[in-house]
Amino acid sequence: MATRRSIFFNPLSKNNPITVQVLGICSALAVTVKLEPAIVMALSATVVVASCSVVISFLRNTIPLRVRFIVQLVVAAAMVTVVDMILKAFAYDVSKQLSVFVGLIVTNCILMGRLEAFALCNKPLDSFLDGLGNGLGYGIMLVIVAFFRELLGSGTLLGFQVIPQALYDAGYMNNGLMILPPMALITVACIMWIHRLKDKTLQEK
Amino acid sequence: MGDILSLFFESIFIENMIFAYFLGICAFFAVSKNMETSIGLGIAICFVLVITLPINYLLHKYVLKSGALIWLGEEFAAVDLSFLSLLIFIAVIASITQIVEMIIEKYAPALYTSLGIFLPLLACNCAIFAGSLFIQERNFPNIGHAFVYALGSGIGWLVAIVGLAAVRQKLTYSNIPAPLRGFGITFITVGLMAIGFMCFLGL
Repeated sequence: MATRRSIFFNPLSKNNPITVQVLGICSALAVTVKLEPAIVMALSATVVVASCSVVISFLRNTIPLRVRFIVQLVVAAAMVTVVDMILKAFAYDVSKQLSVFVGLIVTNCILMGRLEAFALCNKPLDSFLDGLGNGLGYGIMLVIVAFFRELLGSGTLLGFQVIPQALYDAGYMNNGLMILPPMALITVACIMWIHRLKDKTLQEK
Repeated sequence: MGDILSLFFESIFIENMIFAYFLGICAFFAVSKNMETSIGLGIAICFVLVITLPINYLLHKYVLKSGALIWLGEEFAAVDLSFLSLLIFIAVIASITQIVEMIIEKYAPALYTSLGIFLPLLACNCAIFAGSLFIQERNFPNIGHAFVYALGSGIGWLVAIVGLAAVRQKLTYSNIPAPLRGFGITFITVGLMAIGFMCFLGL
């Protein structure tokens, strides 16, 4: 059972998809201006990665090697379409904010990477745990980045004012730079820096 | 005419795929270590964008959009196939990259050996897929706009990756704090480049 546990927990920190494997950053950077879309995005990505992993893992012995890319993409696109429609039905505002980025989960490198590297050669249950772990690892990073960007950039969290008015009266200003796209990269870089400072084995020479 | 020209420059500089939307950035980080391969990948992306985006545009306009099937007859006017768009776009992209790969292999072996490995990988590059989705979202009036947009985005991507590759080659000689080495410093570099590109906003 120890191995199953490590399949699930490794991607959360030691082998985090964003800070260590450096996959799936495209969407991670674009949706993290506010906390709410980031959480929705994290959940949708987790659902898609976990369910696609299971499907591909069941199909793994029947997929011819040469066309596996197309099969994986079609399975992913089908799952994402379902998630996209659910979001449009139940969380229309957020799905408007996320615009094309829900659709982009199809080409998210985490998804393709996990399907290629894990689901194609492992049993369904293990693949499910792996997909779930990677989705959550990705989600945690998204939420951390979005937390700092929303707090420092707009002074709110989930739309509620967090920084008291008294501070603004005393001359505090929101950091407008945090809302702009480039700061997402720099925030992720700072998280990587701290992460690698704690875990020396991850450092590159 | 001026309309098309401004769309072209807008897609290169202001709405640069990498610096404004962070699309196709996984391959961008993985490949930009070396100047030659990054030019190769940039050209490959341009190529596939220019071919797939107009095709997806036509599919969107004549098959997928709600009421788009009206050319088949009156009774098709109410058909809305837009829920199929993700599936169809990705299928088109995957098959086009395969075809392009085979054509290049047959007729331009020299180009094939320089791009070869990247071509199949382009099927799952976000930049190309996102290009298709943006085209769907923006509703361009005709195929010329879609073509220009594809070309502009491709060139923008090429400019970005060549710029980063140049910076990274210099970075190998500098003394960076150990935890920041590798991806950390690259992220910060791209962030600074993106801030630089924002000055084109007033163009």
